Amino acid sequence: MNANEIHEKIKAQFPEGIIEFKSEGVVEPFIVVRPDLIREISKFISEDPDLKFDYLMSLSGVDFNDGNVGVVYHLYSMQRRHRIVLKVKVAKDKPDVPSVESVWKSANWHEREAFDLFGLVFLDHPDLRRILLPDDWDGYPLRKDYKVQEYYHGMKVPY
Amino acid sequence: MAELRTEEMVLNMGPQHPSTHGVLRIELVVDGEVVVDAVPHIGYLHRCFEKHAEAMNYQQVVPYCDRMDYLSSMSNDFGYVLAVEKLLNIRVPERVEYIRVIMTELQRIASHLVAIGTYGMDIGAFTPFLYCFRDREMILDLFETTCGARLLYNYMWPGGLSHDIPPGFVEKTKAFIKHFRPTIKELNDLLSYNEIFVRRTANVGVLPAEVAINYAASGPTLRGSGVKWDLRKDDPYSVYHKFDWDIAVGTGEMGTLGDCWDRYMVKVWEMEQSLRIIEQAIDSIPEGDVQAAIPKRVRPAAGEVYVRSETARGELGYYIISDGSQNPFRVKARAPSFVNLSLLPEISRGYLIADMIAIIGSVDIVLGDVDR
Repeated sequence: MNANEIHEKIKAQFPEGIIEFKSEGVVEPFIVVRPDLIREISKFISEDPDLKFDYLMSLSGVDFNDGNVGVVYHLYSMQRRHRIVLKVKVAKDKPDVPSVESVWKSANWHEREAFDLFGLVFLDHPDLRRILLPDDWDGYPLRKDYKVQEYYHGMKVPY
Repeated sequence: MAELRTEEMVLNMGPQHPSTHGVLRIELVVDGEVVVDAVPHIGYLHRCFEKHAEAMNYQQVVPYCDRMDYLSSMSNDFGYVLAVEKLLNIRVPERVEYIRVIMTELQRIASHLVAIGTYGMDIGAFTPFLYCFRDREMILDLFETTCGARLLYNYMWPGGLSHDIPPGFVEKTKAFIKHFRPTIKELNDLLSYNEIFVRRTANVGVLPAEVAINYAASGPTLRGSGVKWDLRKDDPYSVYHKFDWDIAVGTGEMGTLGDCWDRYMVKVWEMEQSLRIIEQAIDSIPEGDVQAAIPKRVRPAAGEVYVRSETARGELGYYIISDGSQNPFRVKARAPSFVNLSLLPEISRGYLIADMIAIIGSVDIVLGDVDR
């Protein structure tokens, strides 16, 4: 299936769920969906026999630098051999996104990484802790407005 | 057996443990000798590659890619330059593609040799390690004559290569293939089919195919479970489609499909396939200038791209967002070791502590790649 067909299929199931779909003038087509529906949509596209997105290639946090942060899901279907990109956008001061860990187990660590570096909060994640940085680190380094802390346990941080 | 159940104990393995292949800490919950749960703690080698990448231009990112998976730097660079070239929409000369493929396949062999050698050492076989490092040395010499570096090459640039191959490279590579092919058989006699080695690795850490896919495993970890999946064939890039070779998959011939032995053996078979690719490529390198297509300024139009390639460890994906400036707006590296390591608890539960060594080694992680 190509991106247009995949989009139609999701739209038929979730008429209210899609905010934007872009397939022209981009290297890879993507669908922006409503953050509160991401888990339902993920469940649907991973189970639907025509879509069968069984392989979450990558899950990335992004700071769009317009007051929003977001998550980008790169999905692939091993069985149907097609791919799609899903995106969600949430406000920086309330960065809540439902976790898709129950759909794809690989999301577990990716979501922890996005939480660690972007401060995205994944609702119903089974183990949402920092993964790469120390547990008592201040701030989220990959946010565009990140200011590094002056001292960490008495050690000067900025070099 | 229920009345023999003892109190659970938490045991710390690493971060300074020879079998964790770097600075990895695993929190083991054990019931006697049996592993009830294994929780990996990572981040000891975290350098925030992604933050660095936002502070410099596209060409300057390449040396940082080298340092992620430091055992297969060539493959890391390859993935990155593929992504940048796709963003820039440029085509590189055929000669560059051929040399890149040859270098990446040599790198795959070198990387697998480390994985195999150290894996044998984890299990208690020291000699194969020396044989593997002897042969890896020959590959590093080839790299050194080409670009001057032995480990971190900065060899592939967006649009081309830092150096053309030197005179004599083709002959030396052929001599290496001639030397190396018989040593794979030697390695099999010494280690792969060794009774002790087989008993330590067969039926241990079994990873079923559907679990592997749900965890987005890739590379030998996925293929060890019998999934015939290799990006070089299934999502072809560069000139891989021109060569004739087979995907090595686990067979379960020593125990259960998807056990440690299968994950190990896939790497041995893959080295043979890489030799086949190099053999075909080395004789047909087209003429050309390897720096002809290098752009003066790398400044892609606003847009984004996710490009994946097959490194020695699996799917390495780069998600790059460009805002039209000379620095990337966002670079995310989807590291194969990071994703493969996340399934460690799944394949450790119910095995013995001593099996943990075999299980960690079989997933073949590089901590630089896990932590980035």
